[in-house]
Amino acid sequence: MRFLFKTDYEDDIRLFPHSGYVYSYGLLLAVLLIAPYVLSSYLMSQLVFVCIYATVGVGLLILTGFTGQASLGHAAFLAIGAYTAAYLQQFNVPFPVYFLAAGLLTGVVGALVGFPALRLQGIYLVIATISFAFIVEEIMARWESVTNGNEGMRVKTMQLFGITVSRDGPTFYYLCLAVLVLTIVGTLNLLRSPTGRAFVAIRDSETAARSMGINVALYKVKSFAISAAITGFAGVLFAHKLSFISPEMFTLQLSIEFIIVILIGGTFSLHGAVLGAIFLVMIDPFLTYLKDDMPGVIAGAAATLGAGAERAGHIQDAVAAFASANGLKGAIYGIIIVVFVLFEPLGLYGRWLKIKLFFQLFPLYKRATFKRQKIYVKSERNR
Amino acid sequence: MSYFRAENLSLHFGGLKAVDAVSFAVEKGEILSIIGPNGAGKSSIFNLISRIYPPTSGKIFFEDQDITQQPAYDIAKLGIARTFQNIELFENATVLSNLLVGRHRHSTTQLWQELLFLPSVRAGEKAHRRRVEQVIEFLDLEPYRDKLISGLPYGVRKVIELARALCSEPKLILLDEPSSGLNVEETDDMSFWIRDMKSELGITVLMVEHDMTLVNRVSDRVIALNYGRVLAMGSPSEVQHHPDVVAAYLGA
Repeated sequence: MRFLFKTDYEDDIRLFPHSGYVYSYGLLLAVLLIAPYVLSSYLMSQLVFVCIYATVGVGLLILTGFTGQASLGHAAFLAIGAYTAAYLQQFNVPFPVYFLAAGLLTGVVGALVGFPALRLQGIYLVIATISFAFIVEEIMARWESVTNGNEGMRVKTMQLFGITVSRDGPTFYYLCLAVLVLTIVGTLNLLRSPTGRAFVAIRDSETAARSMGINVALYKVKSFAISAAITGFAGVLFAHKLSFISPEMFTLQLSIEFIIVILIGGTFSLHGAVLGAIFLVMIDPFLTYLKDDMPGVIAGAAATLGAGAERAGHIQDAVAAFASANGLKGAIYGIIIVVFVLFEPLGLYGRWLKIKLFFQLFPLYKRATFKRQKIYVKSERNR
Repeated sequence: MSYFRAENLSLHFGGLKAVDAVSFAVEKGEILSIIGPNGAGKSSIFNLISRIYPPTSGKIFFEDQDITQQPAYDIAKLGIARTFQNIELFENATVLSNLLVGRHRHSTTQLWQELLFLPSVRAGEKAHRRRVEQVIEFLDLEPYRDKLISGLPYGVRKVIELARALCSEPKLILLDEPSSGLNVEETDDMSFWIRDMKSELGITVLMVEHDMTLVNRVSDRVIALNYGRVLAMGSPSEVQHHPDVVAAYLGA
């Protein structure tokens, strides 16, 4: 086990506490950089989605994980980013300009959503953000002169400094990766400065934050704006990746997917956003497998166990019907959320830390290390 | 003119008069204790000063400035820090980041500078850290720097809350029952620290406290409250032997 001997205040400020971090993240970056030359185009496409979802996840983490304000409206922020890009593209606005414009506009909208949200707590805030998402969805469907309504909008292939960036090519992947890395670095910078600490203070005790001189309303609005802006940036990339956007892509289900990203990944660290994004993007191939191969596999197993050919056929049909039932995806999402909230509230990253500690302490790990305790200190709280 | 002054301060919840036309003044550099039975309105006065509740009527002055209408977050910026009766720390953060939040009123960096972590932000962080270390040394909190609050015992949390208030370099500090839940030794330490705050750091202290030993040991003056009204004001022994105060505690 490594013991850090701190000799300078810098030791608590730097992003990489020791050289081990530099090597492991350097290695990870190298792997990610050579990935397009190694992986199949299908996996590359999945990796792009991981980058986009992780970027949204980081944005949502700032708001939900660090400021403690729940949001089920992030699909709407993503939509605003995507539609801004698609709209500005029609006027031959270059990519860097509409990329920044989309982030800026979404940030402003986020701040506007933040103002009414100031007076809302917990479940009421969730309801308010859901209604915001519905409003945006409706606007996208009805404002046909701008959004082309339910017909949707085609997003042209990206032109970056005169180069055509295909949505399947390595350049687009590098762009998404760069946006993700820059977002993470910016967020880490924020978290180690006064603003980030103010966010965490608001999450843990608004009264105490106020009595320490934090303008709670201002910082909540800032948190909403930053979170929305990041999601808006991701929305531009999302639009380019799909090359076609329409209102039914940005539904409540997408917002729930973003919540899953941070809930499964772990809400206390930015690692959670990335791990959660990987997890979420993996669900789709899993569902495809369930649909395509599972019925055959189970029927085969039934046949070898002695069920007749006809019985096996019935079983195959039944499993196929189950696997392609409507709403199976939603049900699986629901089950995943419940299981994680009950058994691993710290998410995948929390689990990873526990496993790491187990090996670091190897023969001496105590089972009760992470046992959750009830704390009875809080009696009355000022809101 | 007094350093800090409350004039006819009242807080009514419907018909209940939690604080009823209370007036008092705090002189610069003194330690003033507010005592009284449970429900006398002591903590309510603190909550009025730190603007958690708006007063029903009355005015509060600090350094000859009317602060009755200031927003809650401005109170800390003026140099008034407080602790809470039921510890209000940031549970899921480390001790260091809790204390650094105390430095918030001194931070000058802008959001965009922080996103890029420019050298000015880095320099600011180090300066804040230096001040925090001084407070850590003052209150003997060295062993806990990187610990999460949620894993620390009650007595330590109490001291950390005091430390967080001190990190904001206040001119006036409001201590809401600093010794509640502390054992005898910890209460002893607390009384030394309160006196040192006055003599070494030059902070004016306004304190709500039940423990009369602590009150006698540190206070310059004492105010006794009951049912939201001032019963007596004066030196600790004067107040303790005042017939109304005896009646309030023991029943007439």
